[in-house]
Amino acid sequence: MATCKYDWPEAGGRELVGKRIDRIDGPEKASGRAKYTYDTHRPGLLIAKLLTCPYAHAKIKSIDISPAQSLPGVKAVLVIQDAGSEIQWAGDEIVAVAAVNEDIAEDARRRIKVEYEQLPHLVREEDLERAQANGRTKPAGEETVGDPNKAFQDPDVVISKGFYGIPVITHCCLEAHGNVAEWTDAKTLKTWSSTQNVSGLPGQIGAGLRRQKVNVDDSNIETVCQYIGGGFGSKVFSRPWGIVAAQLAKMAGKPVKLMLDRDAELEIAGARPSAFAKISVAAKKDGTLAAWDSESWGTGGVGPAGHPPLPYVLQPPNTHWKHTMVAANIGPSRAWRAPNHPQGCLLTMGALDDLAAKLEMDPVEFLMKNVHLAPKLLTKIYSEELQKAAELAEWKKNWHPRGDKTPGHTKRGMGVSLHTWGGRGHTSTCNVIVRPDGSVTVRLGSQDLGTGTRTVIAISVAETFGLPVEAVKVEIGDSKYPPDGASGGSTTVGGVSASTRRGAVDALGELFAAVAPSLGVPPDQLEAHLGLIRVKGDASKSLTWKQACSKLGVKTIQTTGRNPGPCHLNDSGVGGVQIADVSVDTETGQVKVNRMVAAQDCGLIIDLKTAESQVYGALIMGICYSLFEEKIMDETLGQMLNPNMEFYKLAGIGDIGELVVHMMTGPGYDERGVIGLGEPPVISPGAAISNAVANAIGVRVPTLPLTPDRVLAALDKGGLA
Amino acid sequence: MRRKKDRPRKTASEKPSLTRRDFLKGAGVTVSGGLLGKSIVADAAQPESKNEIVGPGAVPVTLRVNGKVHKLNIEPRVTLLDALRDRLDITGSKKVCDRATCGACTMLMDRKPVYGCTVLAIEAEGHEITTIEGLAADDKLTPVMAAFVNHDAQQCGFCTPGFVMACTAFLERNPNPSLEDIEKGLGGNLCRCGTYWGVRHAVLQAAREMKGGSHGNV
Repeated sequence: MATCKYDWPEAGGRELVGKRIDRIDGPEKASGRAKYTYDTHRPGLLIAKLLTCPYAHAKIKSIDISPAQSLPGVKAVLVIQDAGSEIQWAGDEIVAVAAVNEDIAEDARRRIKVEYEQLPHLVREEDLERAQANGRTKPAGEETVGDPNKAFQDPDVVISKGFYGIPVITHCCLEAHGNVAEWTDAKTLKTWSSTQNVSGLPGQIGAGLRRQKVNVDDSNIETVCQYIGGGFGSKVFSRPWGIVAAQLAKMAGKPVKLMLDRDAELEIAGARPSAFAKISVAAKKDGTLAAWDSESWGTGGVGPAGHPPLPYVLQPPNTHWKHTMVAANIGPSRAWRAPNHPQGCLLTMGALDDLAAKLEMDPVEFLMKNVHLAPKLLTKIYSEELQKAAELAEWKKNWHPRGDKTPGHTKRGMGVSLHTWGGRGHTSTCNVIVRPDGSVTVRLGSQDLGTGTRTVIAISVAETFGLPVEAVKVEIGDSKYPPDGASGGSTTVGGVSASTRRGAVDALGELFAAVAPSLGVPPDQLEAHLGLIRVKGDASKSLTWKQACSKLGVKTIQTTGRNPGPCHLNDSGVGGVQIADVSVDTETGQVKVNRMVAAQDCGLIIDLKTAESQVYGALIMGICYSLFEEKIMDETLGQMLNPNMEFYKLAGIGDIGELVVHMMTGPGYDERGVIGLGEPPVISPGAAISNAVANAIGVRVPTLPLTPDRVLAALDKGGLA
Repeated sequence: MRRKKDRPRKTASEKPSLTRRDFLKGAGVTVSGGLLGKSIVADAAQPESKNEIVGPGAVPVTLRVNGKVHKLNIEPRVTLLDALRDRLDITGSKKVCDRATCGACTMLMDRKPVYGCTVLAIEAEGHEITTIEGLAADDKLTPVMAAFVNHDAQQCGFCTPGFVMACTAFLERNPNPSLEDIEKGLGGNLCRCGTYWGVRHAVLQAAREMKGGSHGNV
């Protein structure tokens, strides 16, 4: 009963959409043939290195680059920030060197002499009073709804007060940020860039170059990114590395590759803002939330970083929140998967879990009781997801009131959390091309971060044409193609699936018009199904796809598909529920994840296999930041102490426990259309795991990551007797 | 595979003042010819050493990679990983941590897995190096690669070649791995996208399929 011509096929008519389909670039990646920016080689390629500032806050007194310039093999030395500049974080770029190989570039970098005047710095923000005393705070928002003061004074409410925190973490992309830049002639620049924003990058690099007095038109810049080794939000903007690479290439007259070293990647290429909060929350004795009050703060470097949404998802009738930004001398924040949501979620769901414990309520029942305080659209979704997740986690069997009372030093606990995200499809333009030999190409300036974008595009077009996925050639990753949005905020799948669906439906319409005379029916009586163009209701009248395309003669069909556009193909707003099951060793403080359960909706799923992978991956990334990750800053040195992968810890294959992923599909979900999935499942793990640990040991470990020292400190303060 | 703890490391405070080259010059690293089959490394501090002294300038190095012989002229400080990636354009092995933590540069030296970032190119002389490009003929996938595709054990794919190499070597030694074996045996490779769930299943599938005998070209 599709009523609008671009609508997704009804459930019974889908051959590919919603099935588990292998990612189409899987073989390229698994065989090592996929070429990333870091793998790009060009004739005469120079390698560039950055000299960065070792101080958190300093003024450059003088720079001498001549010892680097005189080193044989050095082809260009660029001063990025000159004498007199004030530097606001350790790791900021001062000079870039390009040389014939990496070793010489490194030698040259070490020859550069920079004198600094050190200035007072602040790099640790968890002590708000200290930050205030140093003049490092700025108000970052405050809001009051209802009458929280009165609500807290109501003698019939139970109040829980607590402190919660989540530190700065970094993106730690395995492929460091970077670019290869080559001037193919005096006016024309080509970059191979590790970017989430293929279509947008030429404009960013062009504007940056013009600021540096390098004359170039955006239309003469081409950016290519076929494969990217991780982004997670940190690779939407190029600055300054793409610009520096292009400047060096201009100076040297040769292509230049500038990839960040691992330490720089962790120091300056992206930080997720921290959030700490003192929270009071009140509920009636039956568990109905009544009031919220929070004073929160955090840092995203010296610049603004927004604020966590508080209270998160569930809005009691009386709330007050106030957020303060701390200007800390650390590398600047960049969007990190679901910006500000993991923070808002940890603070809120931790506080609500403590309140549930005080009320002696089962936290799943407590959330169920309060889902009516979530946005209307999501209340039914949360109810269903809470039920599903609880069933899969065997909640009723495994949950116990706070504090595992069984003997021994291994304590088991269960924790629950819920989250939301928007995820509406971004602006997208594509060309769909059908040639007389039957070959099909779809082309757009998008990028595949590893989420499965190529595969989703292929499925959308193949489903429309009634062809197998392999019949569609997907061309993305080049800014010469029709412009597509950046891949950020879970916007890609909604955007590219809709634009390519519309482009493909229009192309099919043109094909029907060309073949209708041969089948003796009007074009609107035709349908594409399982490799055939056939007359609706008369399977005997059909042509194979190839035969049909041959009717085009010498004409090639090329349509343009867009998003947004007509018909309801995508939507915004998802819910998700996660449950963590952990064991804590009260002697060593070690937390082990036994099982994580995720129930997640994202509207109509295009590829179930890569969708599930997003959730598995998010659970693992969530375990990483719950148990291991922290950008550890030293207040004396002003430096990051762990800008490397042995001390900036990620989970390994043995740290993840059992993962259970349930995608909410079918009636009530599919008809919403496509909604993005990259962000939502990474939001809840911190809260779910923190709540599970509290349930196990009987006391809240206030801040993530839940490292043994923090767990033992919390136990010392009053955990299990 | 265990993470190597005994290799030279840079630390935050040492960098950039101490490089691999400084380390080799200053720390007196010599390796006897008998151990590795041929010459090794410059040691300015011990001129009397009987070991052949090379460097610090470029020296001829012959590498046998994926069955092909490559002659290079490189400084002794160049790692095997950099030699393959930057000089020979063999880029399947990835450079990520550059200090033997993450496993993205895992390759095989005489069929044993090594981290290419912590093996010097000159140390690799006389040994058979296999990278991911050498595992599969033409466009074919090995059972491990096919299992990675089937179980979607990859997202961005940057850790994948290292994981495929580590799994390939792991399954040679552990043809019937338990989940615990996998968790221990593949603990030397890190992934940021979170593909371990798929990797676990991929290893189990590959183990089943390789009982038939096809191990790729290794």
